[in-house]
Amino acid sequence: MGKNILEFRHVGKKYGDNVVLKDISFDIEAGKFYTLLGPSGSGKTTILRIIAGFDDATSGDVYFDGQRINDVPANKRQVNTVFQDYALFPHMNVAENVAFGLQIKGVDKKTIQERVHQALHMVRLDGYEEREITAMSGGQRQRVAIARAIVNRPKVLLLDEALSALDHKLRVDMQTELRQLQRQLGITFIFVTHDQEEALAMSDQIMIINDGKIQQTGTPVDIYDEPLNHFVADFIGESNIVPAVMKEDYLVNINGQDFECVDAGMKTNERVEVVLRPEDLDITTPDKGKLVATVDTQLFRGVDYQITAHDLRNHEWKINSIHKTTVGQQVGLTFDPEDIHVMRYNESEADFDARLDSYEEEE
Amino acid sequence: MRQKAVFIVPYALWIVLFVIAPLVLILYQSFFNIDGQFTVNNYLTYLTSSVYLKMTVASVWYAFLITAVTLVISYPTAYVLIHLRNKQFWLLLVILPTWINLLLKTYAFIGLFSRNGSINQFLQFVELGSHQLLFTDASFMFVAAYIEIPFMVLPIFNALAEINPSLINASKDLGATQWQTFRSVIWPLSLPGVKAGIQAVFIPSLSLFMITRLIGGNRVITLGTAIEEHFLTTQNWGMGSTIGVILIIAMFIVMFITGDTRQKGGRQ
Repeated sequence: MGKNILEFRHVGKKYGDNVVLKDISFDIEAGKFYTLLGPSGSGKTTILRIIAGFDDATSGDVYFDGQRINDVPANKRQVNTVFQDYALFPHMNVAENVAFGLQIKGVDKKTIQERVHQALHMVRLDGYEEREITAMSGGQRQRVAIARAIVNRPKVLLLDEALSALDHKLRVDMQTELRQLQRQLGITFIFVTHDQEEALAMSDQIMIINDGKIQQTGTPVDIYDEPLNHFVADFIGESNIVPAVMKEDYLVNINGQDFECVDAGMKTNERVEVVLRPEDLDITTPDKGKLVATVDTQLFRGVDYQITAHDLRNHEWKINSIHKTTVGQQVGLTFDPEDIHVMRYNESEADFDARLDSYEEEE
Repeated sequence: MRQKAVFIVPYALWIVLFVIAPLVLILYQSFFNIDGQFTVNNYLTYLTSSVYLKMTVASVWYAFLITAVTLVISYPTAYVLIHLRNKQFWLLLVILPTWINLLLKTYAFIGLFSRNGSINQFLQFVELGSHQLLFTDASFMFVAAYIEIPFMVLPIFNALAEINPSLINASKDLGATQWQTFRSVIWPLSLPGVKAGIQAVFIPSLSLFMITRLIGGNRVITLGTAIEEHFLTTQNWGMGSTIGVILIIAMFIVMFITGDTRQKGGRQ
């Protein structure tokens, strides 16, 4: 376990009667890449603003490097932000923008020049020092904004929807670059986004935020493979979410059919939800399938076909397959026991972890 | 194409009749003496007469003072307004007096400042005695600044309103204090508004004449007063036009100095 650089303890935030954050607690370990992921209005940007010091928490405590920082103004925090709209100063050129923070701190001219040069080199903007901001493209402005933040050597770098204004290709390139930059600098990145692909691609840890609460925290793989609740399963990736009944340990009944699974630790005949990822469903002949379904639609997406089909009980299934099928055809759907992920209603993250530990130890 | 040509007619008429024609007429008039003979003597008189030069210096000096006082009052006003919840409403209150006729406002001040006016009545009430307020430089400056303030507040307010709030957050985020943020971000970004305000106040102040008479008691004689005198009293239209031309030139100089000198996209 690394050292905690940042801690939230029961942080709440209200604007008048509007509750934006409800009892948020988390730890941020130094040197990792974190992503706050959630739909718009979920409260993720508010968390970022509280870390940066632009907003105050209504209740609870924020600790930075062990010190309570609720009352420390934004300009005294060892945190720098890359803003969604970049917020570059239009009356300064690239070098002046990047040098701003150092100049404020009274660093000597020669050091400023060196560090500005270094920072611009890190974001691959060598030679752009004298350019005016208005003469830069969106992607270049993005890099200037990053350089302006990292030149101050903050302990934590906050990125607010930093890639959302870029086109798809540039965004994917920047994801790789940001990840590299974070490893190179070794500082903590906290990235806010509503884009789940971005979150999965870059993060060490993802925090899923919805409705002012943290829904689930974990590595991208954990969150994708073991979503805690309906919201997370639905928000991250594509999924088939079906109501089911847990017959006994390792046996779940979906739509009146029993299936072997790898989940346990629940009550007998407990009502649960089951997640099956579309890419885990395989299409086969009807006699070999665990379910029989009729293909309704088929979309070619380049990497695969997105297929929808309905089974005998008229339940709709989403299937991603690299093999083509025919609309209207009856097919069999198969999946392995480990493809079934069982979710209990209203299970907290702590309970979920405890349950997982309990039966994994038995094995 | 033909349809578009129709739309330009009002603008073209306006420009020709009310901008170009008067300018040409003033320039033309300025080359005739009081007896209607062509001459350049008006300009020579202006440039050699100590009276006119003193008047010009006085005009520029008072216009400068009025502009300075107005700016000192208006910038903080605009800055405070921008942070208020109902800023549009408070701004409206600042603009409201401009809807009232200038002369009417000036007469109102006579009522306030006169020997038996409200202010002297109050001073007497608190036993400070009655004072001569009207026809002083101070009262002239006060009324002139009062009248010009909305024209300074408005462009500064607009310039401040245009500043992206995340720039201010960015400045704080990079370690700047409130004052440093003001000095390095807010002030430079509001400069275009300040310049526009200076243009809107300085140039009209050069040719103020009503206030100089009614409030200043003709103790302050500006170029505006001189033009009025030449056209209405001495009937020397040529000399009046000459001073008019001088004012127009002064206008262009001010516009040039306060013009937008920021280079866009350049310097590579």
